[in-house]
Amino acid sequence: MRLIKQLLALAALVPGLAFAQAPIKVGIANDLSGPFAALGAEARDGFNLAIKELGGKLGGKPAEFLQTDMGGNPDQARQLVNRYIQRDKIDFFTGPIGSNVALAVGPTLFAAKIPYLSNNPGPSQFAGAQCNDYWFGVSYQNDAFHEAAGKVAADRGFKNMVIMAPDYPAGKDALNGFKRGYKAPVGQEVYTKLGQIDYAAELAQLRDAKPEAVYIFLPGGMGINFIKQFVSAGLNKSIKIVGPGFSGDEDVIRAVGEPMLGMFNTAQWAHDLDNAQNKKFVAAFRKEYNNRTPSVYAAQAYDVIMAIDAAVKATKGNVADRPAVLAALKKADFASVRGPFTYGINNFPIQPYYLRVIEKNAQGQITNKLVGKVFDSYQDVYVGQCKK
Amino acid sequence: MSSTLIAEQLLNGLQFGLMLFLIAAGLTLVFGILDILNVAHGSLYMAGAYVAAQTMQVTQSFVAAVVVAAVVTGLVGLVLELVLIRKLVIRDHLAQVLGTFAVILIANDVIKMIWGPAPMMMSMPPALSGPVQLTPDLMYPAYRLLIIAVGLAAALGLYLFVTRTRAGVLVRAGASNRQMATLMGVRVPLLFLGVFVLGAMLAALAGALLGPVTAIQTGMGEQILILVLVCIVIGGIGSMRGAFVGALLVGFVDTAGRAFLPSLLKLFFSPAVASSVGPTLAALSIYILMAVVLVFRPSGLFPARG
Repeated sequence: MRLIKQLLALAALVPGLAFAQAPIKVGIANDLSGPFAALGAEARDGFNLAIKELGGKLGGKPAEFLQTDMGGNPDQARQLVNRYIQRDKIDFFTGPIGSNVALAVGPTLFAAKIPYLSNNPGPSQFAGAQCNDYWFGVSYQNDAFHEAAGKVAADRGFKNMVIMAPDYPAGKDALNGFKRGYKAPVGQEVYTKLGQIDYAAELAQLRDAKPEAVYIFLPGGMGINFIKQFVSAGLNKSIKIVGPGFSGDEDVIRAVGEPMLGMFNTAQWAHDLDNAQNKKFVAAFRKEYNNRTPSVYAAQAYDVIMAIDAAVKATKGNVADRPAVLAALKKADFASVRGPFTYGINNFPIQPYYLRVIEKNAQGQITNKLVGKVFDSYQDVYVGQCKK
Repeated sequence: MSSTLIAEQLLNGLQFGLMLFLIAAGLTLVFGILDILNVAHGSLYMAGAYVAAQTMQVTQSFVAAVVVAAVVTGLVGLVLELVLIRKLVIRDHLAQVLGTFAVILIANDVIKMIWGPAPMMMSMPPALSGPVQLTPDLMYPAYRLLIIAVGLAAALGLYLFVTRTRAGVLVRAGASNRQMATLMGVRVPLLFLGVFVLGAMLAALAGALLGPVTAIQTGMGEQILILVLVCIVIGGIGSMRGAFVGALLVGFVDTAGRAFLPSLLKLFFSPAVASSVGPTLAALSIYILMAVVLVFRPSGLFPARG
């Protein structure tokens, strides 16, 4: 104890040693356990790659990246955010995968004037009535993938669509988003149980309804269950599967394999999207992580760190000047792996969306292939409700 | 609604019921003999699925995957019984549930340490990966027929084991009156160990069989355990026959609820009401079934102890 006191006294005598320059702090709430563990691990790898490429600095200034697992649990995330704000005095926040967590921690961060750059969820509340200057939905608005998928189904002339989602709020939002993009009436709307294991009953209905295509929003294990059973029932020969990007991303492909072939899915990014930053990112990611192809979660996380880096550079490291930081973030002036984009008034991106299809590549690996653009520049429908 | 569709849904119900039975059999056996509610039974199912997937990736042989999964999970069950279950047998039910619940948490993290958080892949044996033509109109996935066949074989095997073998006599004696069985000279610790390992192996068999058609991921055990608990509560906790009947009832009611309820409701209500109430009611159907059974038969359809 005495030694520590002496050391502290000594440190105080040397001017500028203890308080050389406080590092810029980024609080990252990771999802490494709980329902989004697999997606959270992808995001963590994206964060870490960006941090490594920046040499652990932001805008050339010393930075500290706090990473803690909150297990996809809104209560745990709330506690963590309070700790990040009060004890660690963070300057930026990011990390959660689920919309429920984003909604739980958002208001606290906004009140504490800490910019929250979302690396995944884009809940409609933050796009509409509860929009806030401190929120940046860097990734997408939740409805966008579904609307894009609806447009794909309409453009390809898929008739008598069956659309399917679990019976919970996000499932209903997804199907409504799809219908907005599809415009014509759908053949059947099926709501399944949350966490359903066996889809035999629904598959028999599908066989009976004979749709041209089925749209599924079945996150995580539910989608894996469905697709495996869909293919073993032989339905893939007559019915096409369309899904949002997260149902057909690299993490799902690795878990399901062959049955994924031929699935259409929509996202704002693809690993074979042709721009310099993306090529650099995908190559670096493969090199760093054992030749694994990045998923959209990794790409989004990587973008968030690069967006913060650009804003710190623009403000010359003076992150205490929050209005300047917000103005810099809002410009989205960084090399995004999805190509350039702008923010709408609600700080959600106005950006293109793409159609991808799962195929075997030249090396025989099963992976997504970019087919084309669905929207040239899409803005969410909630922006009108955002009054600033 | 065609008769083919109804036939197919009946097959689906049978298949789902038999799949639940494979897990329920082990759970009810352990409860019947050891008088311990092992909520970590789902974790043994998960372990079976993971070991099977790993073996399948290495050997490309489905039979090897099932056998290795059963053996390895049986060994895990052996260790679990010797280290923990044996000590919990003399405690009350609350301690047992807490103790085995801890096993769930540990199991999920151990799996994550070994295989990572991402779901694992287990491909289907190529010969069974497509559908087969049962009647001119009815196509049915070959793999689901395999599940039906194995489920029925396991049910028959367990029936013969319990009614026709000496070990089965001991199991029945232990289930109906443990103290009396002890007094009559049954070597209880050995019997407990054997029963627990058998239960673990049955769970692993279910996990390995379901691997190719479900997501192999942490937490898969808890998801299915809830359904399995409903089966054994309906059937009467501890009764093998009860588990069989309960699992089939749950399989049929759940499938019928999902397949027919929404369209049935459309006949009586507006489409808007039917489409919002239908899925909710279908999801509740098995719990309604359980409540109704418990009102009339509080200890289930086939109570193990009179």
